[in-house]
Amino acid sequence: MKKPVVLAVHFPGVNNTTVWSAPDSGSQMAFASFAHMARKAEEGCFDFFFLAEGLRLREHRGRLHDLDVVGRPDSFMVLTALAAVTDRIGLAGTLNSTFHEPYELARQLATLDHLSGGRAAWNVVTSCDAFTGANFRRGGYLDHARRYDRAREVLGTARRLWDSWRAGDVVADKERGRFLARPDAGAFAYHGELVDIAGRFNVPRCPQGHPVIIQAGDSDPGRELAAATADVVFSQHSSYEDGRRFSADVKGRLGRYGRSPQSLKILPAATVVVADSDEEARERASSIRRRQVSGPTAINFLEQVWNRDLSAYDPDGPLPDVDPDVEAPALAQGRAMRFDDRRGVAQRWREVAAARKLSIRELVIEVTGRGGFVGTPQQVAAEIDRFVQDDACDGFIFIPHLTPHGLDDFVDRVVPLLQERGVLRTRYEHPTLRENLGLVH
Amino acid sequence: MTGRFVVAAGLDGAGWHPAAWRAASARPAELFTARYWADLAGLADRGGLDFVTIDDALTAGPADGRGSDQRVDRVRGRLDAVQIAARVAPITTRVGLVPATVVTHTEPFHAASAVSTLDHLSGGRAGWLPRISLDPTEAGHVNVRGVPASAGEAYAEAADAVEVARRLWDSWEDDAVIRDVATGRFVDRDKLHPVDFEGPFFSVKGPSIVPRPPQGQPLVAADLAGAGAAAGDGAAALRFAATACDLVFAAPGDVAAVRAAEAQQRRAAPPLVVLADVVVFLGTGAAATRARLDELDGGPPAGGDTAVFAGPAAGLADLVEAWPRAGLDGVRLYPGVVTDDLPAIVDDLLPELRRRGIVGAPAGGTLRERLGLARPPNRYAPGARR
Repeated sequence: MKKPVVLAVHFPGVNNTTVWSAPDSGSQMAFASFAHMARKAEEGCFDFFFLAEGLRLREHRGRLHDLDVVGRPDSFMVLTALAAVTDRIGLAGTLNSTFHEPYELARQLATLDHLSGGRAAWNVVTSCDAFTGANFRRGGYLDHARRYDRAREVLGTARRLWDSWRAGDVVADKERGRFLARPDAGAFAYHGELVDIAGRFNVPRCPQGHPVIIQAGDSDPGRELAAATADVVFSQHSSYEDGRRFSADVKGRLGRYGRSPQSLKILPAATVVVADSDEEARERASSIRRRQVSGPTAINFLEQVWNRDLSAYDPDGPLPDVDPDVEAPALAQGRAMRFDDRRGVAQRWREVAAARKLSIRELVIEVTGRGGFVGTPQQVAAEIDRFVQDDACDGFIFIPHLTPHGLDDFVDRVVPLLQERGVLRTRYEHPTLRENLGLVH
Repeated sequence: MTGRFVVAAGLDGAGWHPAAWRAASARPAELFTARYWADLAGLADRGGLDFVTIDDALTAGPADGRGSDQRVDRVRGRLDAVQIAARVAPITTRVGLVPATVVTHTEPFHAASAVSTLDHLSGGRAGWLPRISLDPTEAGHVNVRGVPASAGEAYAEAADAVEVARRLWDSWEDDAVIRDVATGRFVDRDKLHPVDFEGPFFSVKGPSIVPRPPQGQPLVAADLAGAGAAAGDGAAALRFAATACDLVFAAPGDVAAVRAAEAQQRRAAPPLVVLADVVVFLGTGAAATRARLDELDGGPPAGGDTAVFAGPAAGLADLVEAWPRAGLDGVRLYPGVVTDDLPAIVDDLLPELRRRGIVGAPAGGTLRERLGLARPPNRYAPGARR
């Protein structure tokens, strides 16, 4: 029996991987864009549709970053609206565990789960910088080292809130005049170090019991949190060998928590470019990469590592000979990417550029590329199948480069081949995401 | 005056009456399903109501600031109102969607983003009903700022939350997205503005994550007869409405008080749209229905000074007919039993009001347009009055 391939799609976001300059690039705000991609994914029997969260617009050298897509809607509002135009696909959204309070967060997830008939998922992220905190009541109140402690407590609280109503608590018996089975349905208390709340939760038990939990942390505490609590890991380890190592590491931690390897799905981010011939696909992929990394974008990336103004450098010329500024505060604010070892990264990038005689732009294209499948539909389907069967992962979260049609090719041309291989469903078997993922709670 | 008489409906669970869920038509087992809310919103949309409000609270009990109790014979639990509005936005075309949010314990930045997104999702049909909370139960659910010292403090904070939201909605100029391929710039960053709000309760840097919504600023409504009245500080609620809001729900006799508050606060914005709040039980058997529900619940509900009408639609039309002359711009009808009285509003009352020339044919456009309110200029745009 072959392992099923889990598939998800990440709506193109505010990174440079989203190509907004192409003629067929549509609105990142229009509901029609979200609806198109979610329905296309549902047509392809994908497990879930994924949205990231923005809490502060990014800045670079003290000014708003303007080279990539800027601005997006509130994720959970869009996901809830998408429940109206889709039937079975999972709806996954990011909510930061530092800048949301657990009662409200648990309620948003439970509400989405009710309004979608059991299709909600939560991607738990933990950024806690003061830059983002400037938009919130408590500011940058949490020390970086404690972000996973807070995440653990918020997650623990959310689970307690979801469990505070039992399945049979809403009786709604008109004749007997009994709405609740017990007077204290929803009563809860959580007294932790970072979360201390009590009272009564106000959303009855949701169809999935607990919405599906996604985690993307890659550090040691991040992996441990995932092993302890997550249903899905959104991984950055997209290559075959790296994926196998990562999978083995994270799944190896599950035993400590009494969990089976099947209870956690590891899904790396990936891109796909298909064409009729291998050569055509490669050409197309490289032209997409050139669009993703314009000259100004290449300089911007370099400045994030070097942490100094490099605007005088020619993106088509060689790397700067000055060293990174490790003393100054970070030039880039509001990004997930952190460079703890600027000198080391610069040194590696110089070596790659020297060995392969790359310009700044060519280098950035090379070193910021993510794992991806490039080839004919047959080649891509075979590779995806191989990765999953060999435990390099359990499936993928695809990040198309175009809104809203970026997933169309994959669904039209690769999905049928995966179905023929017997590794992708041809129809949804269950109403809830948790069941479709093969997870039992 | 808006020029046209506005008819809205207030949605909350099975209806205003605590025993509404026991009515023959009620669907109490479906209160937490999409189908239930889609049916209600769809009916309001097809029927030509101008907008619906959707109540909310951070308690399992009613949204009246009275907290939870141990009763098992009343509806307990509620879904997030802003999300209910999002769920019905794609399946409605005309009706305005005005969800409530408790602003005392939530983040103004999140609320502003959600309401702005609702406006984007609905093509300019979003409004917002910020509520205060003085309930220790709600405070304990969040445990960040504690119970406000007074209604006055809570309303002052709510006014700050609205100010932050309006600034965030304006923080993107309408033409900020340029997608300039030649220079590689997606936005003109000179058209995005920090909001730099600092107040006693919170500070917010900005700009918004969400580009300026279709209405510029979604409609902001205040509720005098709801949480404000229950909190026992009508003056603070009036001050909040006059300084921070576009529309107010009031008792039918409150128009003079609203106008006085506007004058006292030297309101510069267009006058508040004033809607009378009335609970309705419609039909020939309405009085009997109400009496039966009262009996089921162990007595009439404690409604304070809420106006309640029980009788045939024509009788309600007689009452409403006099209101434009009394300075009211419209009415929000709170169905006593939503599964009986919302259909009666749509099928009986609205046709009767149209026949009498009080309301016009169902209209389209943004919610502001329907209420006769202009799209607000952007405070950060060049040439704007600062």
